Amino acid sequence: MLVLLLRVLVAVAVPVATFSILWWTFEFLRDENANRFIVVGVAIAVGVGGVFVLYWGMNRAVDLFPARVRESVRPYVFVGPCLVILAVFLVYPVINTVLISLKDANSQSFVGLDNFKFVFTDSDMLRAIRNTAGWIILVPLAAVTIGLIYATLADRLRRGEAVAKSLIFLPMAISFAGASITWQLIYSYRPQGFGSNIGLLNGIMIGLGQEPVKWLELQPWNNLFLMVIMVWIQTGFAMVVLSAAIKSIPDEIIEAARIDGASEFQVFRRIMVPSILPTIVVVTTYMVINSLKVFDIVFVQPASAETNGTVVVAERMIRWFFQLNHNGRAAAIAVVLFAAVIPVMVWNIRRFREEEAIR
Amino acid sequence: MSSATVEAPPKAPAPAPEGDQLEAAGRGGWFVRITIVVIVILWTIPTLGVLITSFRPEDAVNTSGWWEVFAHPFGATEWTLENYRIALDQGGFGNAFLNSLAVTIPSTVIPITIAAFAAYAFSWMEFRGRYVLFVIVVGLLVVPLQMALIPILRLYTQGATLFGREIFPDLSLQGTFLGIWLAHAGFGLPLAVYLLRNYIGSLPSSIIESAKIDGADHFTIFWRLVVPLSVPAIAAFAIFQFLWVWNDLLVAYVFLGGAGQNIVVTVALRELVGSRGENWHLLTSAAFISMALPLLVFFALQKYFVRGLTAGAVKG
Repeated sequence: MLVLLLRVLVAVAVPVATFSILWWTFEFLRDENANRFIVVGVAIAVGVGGVFVLYWGMNRAVDLFPARVRESVRPYVFVGPCLVILAVFLVYPVINTVLISLKDANSQSFVGLDNFKFVFTDSDMLRAIRNTAGWIILVPLAAVTIGLIYATLADRLRRGEAVAKSLIFLPMAISFAGASITWQLIYSYRPQGFGSNIGLLNGIMIGLGQEPVKWLELQPWNNLFLMVIMVWIQTGFAMVVLSAAIKSIPDEIIEAARIDGASEFQVFRRIMVPSILPTIVVVTTYMVINSLKVFDIVFVQPASAETNGTVVVAERMIRWFFQLNHNGRAAAIAVVLFAAVIPVMVWNIRRFREEEAIR
Repeated sequence: MSSATVEAPPKAPAPAPEGDQLEAAGRGGWFVRITIVVIVILWTIPTLGVLITSFRPEDAVNTSGWWEVFAHPFGATEWTLENYRIALDQGGFGNAFLNSLAVTIPSTVIPITIAAFAAYAFSWMEFRGRYVLFVIVVGLLVVPLQMALIPILRLYTQGATLFGREIFPDLSLQGTFLGIWLAHAGFGLPLAVYLLRNYIGSLPSSIIESAKIDGADHFTIFWRLVVPLSVPAIAAFAIFQFLWVWNDLLVAYVFLGGAGQNIVVTVALRELVGSRGENWHLLTSAAFISMALPLLVFFALQKYFVRGLTAGAVKG
């Protein structure tokens, strides 16, 4: 009896103790003046070790339950934290954002659909919607086309395929913020008397005896120049995924077509593209969603997006939320973004259920 | 997307017999090689520009284009490490780099741990609502995280009340590491659960059953058996999430703020563009500092990363 009591005590004490230790470290992490190395070290140790310890503690706590209910409670220990986090960080916010979008700037009183009226009448918003439409059409189109051509061609290289592919893929590892700076070295413009032009494009213009151009202020083309950055980053992704799909086409089919006298272009158009069509659709969808949410590339540009006419929907949202302090409008913009992905969501769920039915 | 599973890497093509090789050479003619070289050059130029500029002294950067360095590549006044010293010290990039580590590592490990436990439960445990709950996870895959920003920020700064009763306490998580870990965990979870459940669910049930017969409980099976077997899927997602969090500007900007002690490299970069937009020698070395770790991770673990992307999903 005493042993049992001790076990219960220990089993309760362990989670409580871990929890208080974790809490104490979080308090420590708030300390602005602590040594950065220690803060970062503690942060990593707690962040990495803490979660596992919590699961272990909860699992031990379940062991104390009567044997009858023990095994019906345990699944919720495993799946519970996941559901709680999803509920707090995704489900609740979706509902809450819809509510906020119906309220005024400080979320005090309901204003009906005023914020949505704003979204579809404000001139900057309309321009942002037009620009975003351009992004979601042109970026996936360019990235998938170049990626597909490159994957097909690289597949024929006898040597150096891996190197050729990783060089295209490399920008995937660079942040949008870093990429924007990187591309300044291509687009940069300096007026006469402010140093020489350090952007490559203007270097070429001068070399050709032309006047340098303010590329990023050249409306509406500057949108296209920003899209190039996104294409530069995303093509590698399209290329790698499509390349994997191309390699999975059975050789016999392609060889058979060649023997029947099909030209290389016919093989590409009539056999390769149809065989990998499902992959092309998936990659394109992914790119469309990514382009829909593009934000960093525009946001990091030093010049104002409004005057340059490079506004996009996701960037508008942050601007209205943080700089213009209007919760309602920012939320309405987010809701519009969400509405745009609902078809993909339904499609995803439907495909999943079809697959489960087969399993 | 939904049909995606983490697959084994494609087998290296077997060495082709003599005849095939000749034919391959015929197909991979000059047209192929030239097109590839042109695209590779176009794709590499911007990164090369950053790399070169970051090692050039301020004067040189301001008076000549970075490509002109090729005219006299070994000039003594052409190269310097000074930019990096200034960026790390005065630009606060050393600090930001540490912060990025403190944000990224837990933001990668936490969702993986939580998702692995959940994926195990979804695959191998019986409980009510198993199917419906997982369908919800699939649906959450594409929710744009913009949808979540305002409510979570308010949750962090003022808690939440329902019908006048506090349902979520005000923990003032705004600007803390814990706050951003949880946010990243939340945004990364649907994809993580989805990928890991596909993988863990496809493990042979005979292994799990025999472990049960040997008297192992779920926790032991999970920790001793399932986790080691799932390393490929876990690694794929880990790299994906690591690069995603490291390169993220939006979440970091919203939850850690645009300035202060805790800012990460992407936010620091943006600050630098705003405050010293014309100091290219600093901007480029700062940009390169921010790229160094992801590039390293990318080259070291490319195989897994590519596999993770091929398994990829449409993520919100």
